[in-house]
Amino acid sequence: MLLLTWRNLLARKVRLLMSTLAIVLGIGFLAGVMTFSTGLNATFQNIVSGSTPDGLVRPAGDVSGANAGVATTQLITPADIDKIGALPEVAAATGSVDGFGSFLLGKDDKLVGGQGAPTLAFNYAPGENMAGDEVLELSQGGWPEKPGEVTLDTSSAERGGYDIGDTVTMIVPTEVQDPRRTFTLVGTADFNGGGTAGATLVLLDTSEAQEIFLGGEDAFTSVALTAADGVSQTQLADAADAVVPGGFTAVTGDKVVKETQDQIGQFLDVISIFLTTFAVIAIVVGAFIIFNTFSILVSQRVRESALLRALGASKKQVTRSVLIEAFLMAVVGATLGLLLGLGLSRLLAGLFRTFGLDIAGDVLTLTPFTIIAGYVVGILVTMVAAFVPARRAAKVPPVAAMRDDLVVQEKGMGRRLVLGSIAMAVGVALAAAGLVGAPGTDAIWIGAGAVIWVITTAVLAPVLGHPVLVACRAVFGRLFGTAGLLAGENALRNPRRTGATASALMIGLAVVSAVGVLASSLSATNDKVVDDQFKSDFLVQMPTFQGFPSGFGDRMQDVDGVDLVSRQQGTPVSVDVDGTPDQTFAIGVDPGFFEIYDLTMIDGTDQISGHQTLLSEGRADDLKAGPGDTIDVEFPGGKKIPLEVVGVFEDTPTTGGITFPLSVLADAGIKRSDSTLSITLADGADRATVKRDLEDVVKDLPILSVQDKEEFKELISGQVNQLLYVIYGLLALAVVIAVIGIVNTLGLSVLERTREIGLLRAVGLSRRKLRTMITLESVAIALLGAVLGMVVGLVIGVVLRQSLKDDLTVLSLPVSNLLIFLVVAVIFGVLAAIVPAIRASRMKVLAAIATE
Amino acid sequence: MTQQPGDATNAVAASARDLIKVYGKGEAEVRALDGVTVDLMQGEFTAIMGPSGSGKSTLMHCLAALDTPTSGEAVVDGTSLGKLKDKDLTTLRRERVGFVFQSFNLVPTLSAEENILLPLSLAGRKPDRAWFDQVVDAVGLRPRLGHRPSEMSGGQQQRVACARALVSQPRIVFADEPTGNLDSTSSAEVLGFLRRSVDEFGQTVVMVTHDPVAASYTDRVLFLADGVIVDELRSPDRDQILAKMASLQDAAVKKAAS
Repeated sequence: MLLLTWRNLLARKVRLLMSTLAIVLGIGFLAGVMTFSTGLNATFQNIVSGSTPDGLVRPAGDVSGANAGVATTQLITPADIDKIGALPEVAAATGSVDGFGSFLLGKDDKLVGGQGAPTLAFNYAPGENMAGDEVLELSQGGWPEKPGEVTLDTSSAERGGYDIGDTVTMIVPTEVQDPRRTFTLVGTADFNGGGTAGATLVLLDTSEAQEIFLGGEDAFTSVALTAADGVSQTQLADAADAVVPGGFTAVTGDKVVKETQDQIGQFLDVISIFLTTFAVIAIVVGAFIIFNTFSILVSQRVRESALLRALGASKKQVTRSVLIEAFLMAVVGATLGLLLGLGLSRLLAGLFRTFGLDIAGDVLTLTPFTIIAGYVVGILVTMVAAFVPARRAAKVPPVAAMRDDLVVQEKGMGRRLVLGSIAMAVGVALAAAGLVGAPGTDAIWIGAGAVIWVITTAVLAPVLGHPVLVACRAVFGRLFGTAGLLAGENALRNPRRTGATASALMIGLAVVSAVGVLASSLSATNDKVVDDQFKSDFLVQMPTFQGFPSGFGDRMQDVDGVDLVSRQQGTPVSVDVDGTPDQTFAIGVDPGFFEIYDLTMIDGTDQISGHQTLLSEGRADDLKAGPGDTIDVEFPGGKKIPLEVVGVFEDTPTTGGITFPLSVLADAGIKRSDSTLSITLADGADRATVKRDLEDVVKDLPILSVQDKEEFKELISGQVNQLLYVIYGLLALAVVIAVIGIVNTLGLSVLERTREIGLLRAVGLSRRKLRTMITLESVAIALLGAVLGMVVGLVIGVVLRQSLKDDLTVLSLPVSNLLIFLVVAVIFGVLAAIVPAIRASRMKVLAAIATE
Repeated sequence: MTQQPGDATNAVAASARDLIKVYGKGEAEVRALDGVTVDLMQGEFTAIMGPSGSGKSTLMHCLAALDTPTSGEAVVDGTSLGKLKDKDLTTLRRERVGFVFQSFNLVPTLSAEENILLPLSLAGRKPDRAWFDQVVDAVGLRPRLGHRPSEMSGGQQQRVACARALVSQPRIVFADEPTGNLDSTSSAEVLGFLRRSVDEFGQTVVMVTHDPVAASYTDRVLFLADGVIVDELRSPDRDQILAKMASLQDAAVKKAAS
């Protein structure tokens, strides 16, 4: 029996190859995503543990401003460091000057490293990490020893086009007129542990770092500690903590590592869940293809199955032989898929590199877990998909071996229709439950409903698709005559097969359409928000919303035709919500802010000064605070400031949930910088001239842009579209798998209809017409999948939008995109038919008729 | 193991008791078998003949556990088929029944030898090598054992099918128009082999045919018309069979006319 299975596999090499391809691509995607995620984790892991010392003295508090580029003004003096260094537990205490807001320009005057990973500028000082190795490893040249010298990380030097000895240009966050500074590149170095994950490292001489970032004060922002022999991290931190100056705290290296990993871990989890979602979609689509291929193979093998049954094979044996075939196919497919995944992970790494996230190639390896997962998923999915066809093969009555009419009796669609309708209703109920606010996340309810809809649509595709196929037949018949009519008939004649083939495409299109509705609604909502909220004439921002030197604002105020420059500075803060600290974003604003923007006050006043604050309605609810109450806000650096609430305004994207005067930030020890400038024109000033003059001010900081309302809209919709294209790109794989399914089904159908095709050719159907016929059948399948998918996707998209109506206030249907998808589906249909059509047209007429 | 000729000539290999098989319902109702009672003897070569639509294939399918009768009882090798579940029917087909089909029905991906051994491999039994050799030599296929069905003539393919039917040493072999797709020379080879299997190995063979020449190889011919057995001949020659068939045909024509 095993022999027979093996021979069957070999005899149907080409046919199985196509369905194996579905497994290969699905598993390839999965393995690629897993490998990539593992690599991403390993990269960060290596850097984090390779760059963390035994202990660290840093500003106290739980809020870190580092990620938002927010610098604090707390400093530690060399005398303090000496005191810490003199402790018996401490082998070495090295002061560091960590600077934010600097950017490295390449030789081409463009920003190095894009807008993703940060630029880390600090003073170079030798120091050991937890493992006892130097934190930084020189790869070329030397370290900066005097002002004017700089050492960069290898990859940034390369990307900037710099060699040792070259003059390097940087933008530094000083208040001076010209933020550009030049240095001489003296060496390149990297974190121990490999790479920088795309971050740009700028190492400066200590005195120069102090001059740039600390205004020349001989002080440091943190201290790296190395433990003496036999001293544990905890002992080290405890000893140091006793002598650190106020506002500072000493922590263990382990704690720093854990904090960093927790932060990065969340971000990495999001990426890997995002990617895995698409891998799962691809695999589900692949399962449909496998199911379909086996269904066709089984129906073509009715006689053989009946013969086996007549010769005494049990039902189990027939089922098993089909399943073993599926198993072997899965093993081959998964093996190739794993190899493909390895390649794919490098491709992904390359893609992420362009976003500024560097992943070393040597951490992209197949882990045992990935290999096991790849095989388990591949085998399981294939076997499950092949199970129903296998059971059907076993149900062939033995007597069929002796009859000529080898049609396997198929049960009517009645039962399917009833069960499908019930399932649809359950889906509707789940989605409705989500909309009316059942416990838990709405999206989970709606998501469950959506999954049921998609699956039910796939199951009911033979029935639901009937009108679409009838329409296809009518249109094809009118446009292409007999060949078109025959194509329509062929698509209609085996509704199950057509339905199952189209379903694979349907799933892809459903996701694409649902995402399309959300993206289009998001863009429309953004446009509306910008129209409502963009009260100034220009906005000046970094695309990353990081802070930039406030000198720019000063100079813009002096530009002719500028009426008002309002400054806003954002910072992460921590507030107490029901007893637990909640990290959120707060914004400090100048008085000019209120001249430009009208906050709709619900309660109290918008007149703030000193230690007063306004809260948005949502934030006020969270904090259960209103005018007259006082809230404690903790800032980066650990300072806690009690702020008196004076007003509550309606939620708006214009400002943060906690909005207070800029002076609060100064009192909290946050270095001044701006994250947004809102600029209005003076009466009678020329908009274009003023814009040009403003742009002239920021020409030295290429990523800082001056935008008017339309540009700002474009910027936001550009970001939405960028994400949308990434999603479409990832879904393209599922669509490719679905197209493979169409190729497969058509190929098998052509083979099955050899005799009929011969007959058509014998009675005068030209080769060309034959090819047209097969192409049109393929187009009908593709259109069916596209139409069903779009309808389901639109419904899901609209329902999801409804549940998100607080954020997506406008519903917009991506009509033009949907039309494009329809055209693309037709093109895919034509492409899928190429090989089967050529094969059919090459058949010898006589031989085809003679075939049994 | 091998039964000698005349060993148990009086024992019954398979029998039908008042078998009725109805296809369709109402207007479209067809009574393929309308109360057939017959005993098929061990060690005999029996032919079932009759005009098209007389029910001869249905009778064989019911006796061979391939189809289930509407009512009545079919017994094979002492086992009543009516009460058997699918699993037991499978075992019965595998252990006690052999088949030869009109369209050969070889598995195209397997060689001749693998096809012959297929029933044993399905049952997970080790082939009896001596018996295998004996069967292969009897059908004269030794030089062709490694060939695929597509590399063999129709006659050779049907001889492979015969060998396949015999290799598991079934109690009874059913052959459905085994010469229907063969030229006269190949037909003679296949029929000669079936005859010898009865004479030399004591095999029981039941063959459905409408070819009088083929039927003349047998010990006993049963004639079916309209689902009932209307006559039988013992050790018939070709002319007797022809005459009988002609009279049945006439009766049918008369009936249609009236």
